Amino acid sequence: MRSFQSMLNYFPEEVLEHVFDFLTSHRDRNAVSLVCKSWYTVERFSREKVFIGNCYAISPERLISRFPRVRSLTLKGKPHFADFNLVPHDWGGYVQPWIESMAKGGVNLEELRLKRMLVSDESLELLANFFPNFKSLVLVSCEGFTTDGLAAIASNCRFLRELDLQEIEVEDRRGQWLSCFPDSCTSLVSLNFACLKGEVNLASLERLVARCRNLRSLRVNHAVPIDALQRILMQAPQLVDLGTGSFGQDPDSDSYNKLETAMQQCTSITSLSGFLEVVTARCLPAVYPICRHLTSLNLSYAAGIYSDELVKLIRHCNKLERLLVLDTIGDKGLGVVASTCKELQELRVFPSDIHGGNAAVTEEGLVAISAGCPKLNSILYFCQQMTNAALIMVAKNCPNFIRFRLATLNPTIPDAVTMQPLDEGFGAIVKSCKGLKRLSVSGLLTDQLFLYIGIYAEQLEMLSIAFAGDSDKGMFYVLNGCKKLKKLEIRDSPFGDVALLEDMGKYETMRSLWMSSCEVTLGACKTLAQKMPRLNVEIINDSDQMEASDDDKQRVEKMYLYRTLVGPRKDAPDFVWTL
Amino acid sequence: MSPPLLGIEVGGRGNAPLMSSSASVDCISQSGSGLKERNYLGLSDCSSVGSSAVSNVSEEKKNNLNLNATELRLGLPGSRSPERDSDFNVLTSGKLDEKQLFPLLPSKDGICSLSQKPIVSGNKRGFSDTVDGFSEIKSSVFSDGKWMFNATGSDSGTPQSVVEAKLAGNAGINVMLSNNSSGAQPSMKKEVPTRAPQEGHNKMNGSNNNSSAPAAKAQVVGWPPIRSFRKNTLATTSKNNDEVDGKPGPGALFVKVSMDGAPYLRKVDLRTYSTYQELSSALEKMFMCFTIRQCGSQETPGREMLGENKFKDLLHGSDYVLTFEDKDGDWMLVGDVPWEMFIESCKRLKIMKGSDAIGLAPRAMEKSKNQN
Repeated sequence: MRSFQSMLNYFPEEVLEHVFDFLTSHRDRNAVSLVCKSWYTVERFSREKVFIGNCYAISPERLISRFPRVRSLTLKGKPHFADFNLVPHDWGGYVQPWIESMAKGGVNLEELRLKRMLVSDESLELLANFFPNFKSLVLVSCEGFTTDGLAAIASNCRFLRELDLQEIEVEDRRGQWLSCFPDSCTSLVSLNFACLKGEVNLASLERLVARCRNLRSLRVNHAVPIDALQRILMQAPQLVDLGTGSFGQDPDSDSYNKLETAMQQCTSITSLSGFLEVVTARCLPAVYPICRHLTSLNLSYAAGIYSDELVKLIRHCNKLERLLVLDTIGDKGLGVVASTCKELQELRVFPSDIHGGNAAVTEEGLVAISAGCPKLNSILYFCQQMTNAALIMVAKNCPNFIRFRLATLNPTIPDAVTMQPLDEGFGAIVKSCKGLKRLSVSGLLTDQLFLYIGIYAEQLEMLSIAFAGDSDKGMFYVLNGCKKLKKLEIRDSPFGDVALLEDMGKYETMRSLWMSSCEVTLGACKTLAQKMPRLNVEIINDSDQMEASDDDKQRVEKMYLYRTLVGPRKDAPDFVWTL
Repeated sequence: MSPPLLGIEVGGRGNAPLMSSSASVDCISQSGSGLKERNYLGLSDCSSVGSSAVSNVSEEKKNNLNLNATELRLGLPGSRSPERDSDFNVLTSGKLDEKQLFPLLPSKDGICSLSQKPIVSGNKRGFSDTVDGFSEIKSSVFSDGKWMFNATGSDSGTPQSVVEAKLAGNAGINVMLSNNSSGAQPSMKKEVPTRAPQEGHNKMNGSNNNSSAPAAKAQVVGWPPIRSFRKNTLATTSKNNDEVDGKPGPGALFVKVSMDGAPYLRKVDLRTYSTYQELSSALEKMFMCFTIRQCGSQETPGREMLGENKFKDLLHGSDYVLTFEDKDGDWMLVGDVPWEMFIESCKRLKIMKGSDAIGLAPRAMEKSKNQN
């Protein structure tokens, strides 16, 4: 043992570094850096990609001092429930300090990936001007910038490869940002502006596509009509991923024929999305030729495609691995998916009418999919109703789920047939799917379910609970049982102080805990904050419900706590109290 | 945490599969902070209907609900008043034995569902639009028609609105009791499984749908959990959809009506009419102000039951012709096909001058030739 140990000590660092190069996952690298001091040192100088799941867990300065050679940074800001309007816009999650620090620290930043962060035009300008090798910007569910910021990126990032905007409301300043890509820009590989609501200069777009011979992924917005799309496709037959833009507005037969021809040229497309506006039935067949190569199809914004057309389209897609649709597809449509898409791994069914209109899917569709698609491992399913029997069947058919997210349109609906809680159904899922990492539950649920989760969900990392449980026991079972839990978010459930304070040390093993409209009191939060200095316990008091003169017994409407190495944040707005 | 449970298969078996966990869990719970046994269903112990495992619906279910199961069932925390418990028992005592089975038979179902959970009052977790949600429940795929949903569809009307009203007002137990007494087979549709209240929060004492009660149709913030970007985008798209083509389906079917020479267009809901005659009268009324010669002047009074042919006659008698654009984009003369077929394919209406319309049929054919 001794000699082996000393052998390792003489291992040249260059070799170690070379070995570590093969480690791409940040979790592996984190593990490696814990082995010993020399490994820690080698690893930190060689790490180029850093993932920070909570931007307030660490400061930019510490990031740079530990990983001076960082080239790619992934940051996540607001808590997940911010996506559903539960967190005020200006809660925080600013990227500006990160960019400033990295600029000052001489970081050679090439890639920035942000989720739920506040990004200003100023930040984008800084990014564009201070990092000459900047190549890739991916923003998901962010906000705070306008097309002016995009113009800055387009103008100044000489080697830009990737500009990817997903589900962002970008204020349109009508500045023709797309025209800001200089003629010398030929490096684009991926351009996704499907979420932009404004106009783009079509001629500029066509020229851009023509000169970027490496372009693999292009997702345009609604402002790009079919005839422009067709011209673009003729210039870029090498595309692998296409977002079609509006694809609507009844073209004349000439345009349609050209579109057909263009589509037939694109033999490499394996991922398709778009169809953002009304689609006349006659246009869809143009995409049938590429359907048989598709592995990913996103029709979740295609509200204009009626279900029979949808089904017709899907019948051509037998290699599909990932499918996103609206619930207008119906249970029958899902049956078609089940019989056609045998390679399906991920399915997401979104509600088309959030007020629970006529279009909806039920447990039937889910069962059909589970029976027909044995490789299914990830699902997000918004449904009208659910039954335990169905979930049990699904659990039996698909034991490989990694992500299982079910949202009933009525959050406390019981089993549609037996009127029982859905405990047994979800229990069957956690029991059967031993690799389950993410779970969202809904429907009528009691503490019993959480007992099952605590017992069986050994790999669970993220759990979302809404309108569920009966008592503190529920939360206790989860915190006590799920050893790998990282994120727990709870809303409108009767969990209170006892559960919160039962095992305070647990929270340092987790990234964060969100509790809103639960039974937690101010006093308990204070206790927790006091006992656990490495947690930030934040109370969000956005509707002025709480008096500053604290009555410790008053209930806390929204609490968000997370582990951190840098203490309370300094950019918290007035309505956020860090205890 | 607890040792893995032995020999249990999920699903498909008659025995309550997950219930065998009860034994070991019991130990945990008892050694822990002393789980209080809660009667989840509000029934007495031996009637523990399926809040434990739910096996395959299609199987006949002998009840082998272990009494152990009842201990595990974490029911409502203690804020329920004793009278209420006994009320429940009174309601259900007579039916206990029947209850043991899976709810295969309607009447049992009905009562079972009623007595299950007290309707929670107006705290956040209760919202009475679940009542609406229920009315959409379809029959289960696994059933062979035994389920009562459809059967009691008809009676759901009034009681449901009663429930709704009461929920908005002052529900809780009272609603359920009144429902039960009002009919032997209240539909399951009235089941409102809202959240049970919790300890230390005196929201519920039978009588409170208090001031915090959401309105009957209140939407819960942030539910269903979809990103606001998606919500906003789809809202806009569906608005656009309605503009471009009246989406067929239940509900209104609005189509644009234009008339040559009129300064603006109108919209009509085709579903409000059931014959061509009705449509034509309505359109006449709408556009009368624009015509030099009134369309209706030639109409003989007392004409009843105009069929499609008569409608054509009417049009031919006047200066104007009613045409429509169908799903394929072709302009057709109104009145050739049965009304139902017309509704399904009509996207837009146009009142043309008779002289323009004479060549309509040949022109339409040419157009479709060009497009092919």
